[in-house]
Amino acid sequence: MDVTEKNSLRFEQIAKRYGKKEVLKSLSGKIPMKQITSLIGPNGAGKSTLLSILSRLLEQDGGSVYFNDKLLSTYKGEELATKLSILKQSNHLDLKLTVKELVSFGRFPYCKGRLTDKDRQKVQEALLFSDLESLQDAYIDELSGGQRQRAFIAMIIAQDTDFILLDEPLNNLDMKHGVYVMKTLRRLVDELGKTVVIVIHEINFAAQYSDHIIALKDGDIRYDAPTDAVIQADVLEDIFGISFDIIEKNNKKICNYFNL
Amino acid sequence: MERERNRIGIQLLSVCCILLLAWISLFTGVKDISFTELFTDGEKLLFFTLSRIPRTLALLLVGAGMSVSGFVMQQLSQNRFVSPTTSGALEAAKMGILAALIFMPQASLVMRMIFALFFTFISSLLFIGFVNQIRLKNTVFIPLIGLMFGSILSAVSTFFAYKQGIVQNTQEWLLGDFSSVMQGQYEAVYLILPAVILIYLYAERFTIAGMGESFAKNLGLSYNIIVQVGLFAVSLVVSASVITVGAIPFLGLIVPNLVSIFVGDNLRKALPWTAFTGASLLLICDVIGRLLVFPYEIPIGMTLGIIGSAVFLLLILKKRA
Repeated sequence: MDVTEKNSLRFEQIAKRYGKKEVLKSLSGKIPMKQITSLIGPNGAGKSTLLSILSRLLEQDGGSVYFNDKLLSTYKGEELATKLSILKQSNHLDLKLTVKELVSFGRFPYCKGRLTDKDRQKVQEALLFSDLESLQDAYIDELSGGQRQRAFIAMIIAQDTDFILLDEPLNNLDMKHGVYVMKTLRRLVDELGKTVVIVIHEINFAAQYSDHIIALKDGDIRYDAPTDAVIQADVLEDIFGISFDIIEKNNKKICNYFNL
Repeated sequence: MERERNRIGIQLLSVCCILLLAWISLFTGVKDISFTELFTDGEKLLFFTLSRIPRTLALLLVGAGMSVSGFVMQQLSQNRFVSPTTSGALEAAKMGILAALIFMPQASLVMRMIFALFFTFISSLLFIGFVNQIRLKNTVFIPLIGLMFGSILSAVSTFFAYKQGIVQNTQEWLLGDFSSVMQGQYEAVYLILPAVILIYLYAERFTIAGMGESFAKNLGLSYNIIVQVGLFAVSLVVSASVITVGAIPFLGLIVPNLVSIFVGDNLRKALPWTAFTGASLLLICDVIGRLLVFPYEIPIGMTLGIIGSAVFLLLILKKRA
């Protein structure tokens, strides 16, 4: 077995229902290590539900999630918090915290609130990595949506987990901040060897930045393959139910679906 | 570095300020006592230790405790307008005392305290339960529900008090009053101290919980346990306050909001300021109440109610703007 195999996240026959509605029907799969995996699919396909289950925020009705070959549910919360992090979209709060205070919370699983020198250093590194040093004393409720999202991602970076799960990190961001966030995630994988899983709506961001794509539709996994194999006109048409035109330029694929 | 020095300067200033206010409180009253007389006049010294010191200590503890509790409640409910006043906590504490009086007429202070604590804790859990059920997170909607909840509890209490013929007593608890604080009757107020220490130890956790359940879970914390610890500490403060001095309105509402404007919502950082501001405000209101109609007294619930409702109104209007 490969060394990296030890650190793994896989799921078997995950099922979830809300009332009578079957949201996930017996899904199995494995998250590839040290890559960006995008979860794509139409609204209501179960992407966010699957991500929530993989990150222990939500309990599945059937099946199991294995983290490092151990059942995810057997981990202690504080231990898991140093290995796997999750950022949900709904941070609708209006708490008045500075960027630095927020990022410092990422160290909570390690220091329980009493920052050591090492924690402070990690916080500074995370601020530097997300290019937020100049904003570190600003209150997050005064930032733009894009800056705030970057601050939350900086917190996740300070948390320094091998696995980073993000639920729609590009929601409500303008193009510039969207690109900025994706580049940061790319660097997390390429430079720091993290494993990133994101739920994402814009297919072009998924095509440009991710290594692997898991496509869901109607609570089932339709495709689970490297990005290249999924970014095909017929595949995307099957998933989303609209026509696609794939334009290839400099070995990069751009999907046009806007007005076909 | 200069910032650091400024901070220490402000902290020193605050300590001096609160000592000065405490001093004024100690030497203000119908009985004229001067500092030197404490050493020469035994009778005055007795009065001083029997009444003035307990009163000032109670003011400090209740002021700090109620304000800090308000902060915790606001973070846990993710709503700026939630406080013991606007969540039914005060009414629940009163209901607890009433229940103790009805079921155990001979109940000691400790027993009444336990009843009040139990009722307050249960009602706070219920209230947070409501808040979590309601997905409509309208800022003003939640405290309105709290006020309604409090009114219902209060109505139930009044009904039973009426049946028992003790309506007069229960009405008295409505208005906080420090004039009857005496040695031997106010000691329950010291329970505020461990509650505030508990809150300080949990400060980060409350702020994290205030960021939402999934945020807390991501950092490996159990949201429910944090909420329960927080509400327990808050209930301890509220019931200890109500049982010794009665309901102190608005303090837990306005002080956290004021402090938040200047130092933000990081509870670990804001907590000392909240305690300091709350204690100062209560001391000031009490001294004003003692001086305005000298030699009589205006109950502190009234002075604070007037100042508090005005500030509350301003806060709401500012929020709208």
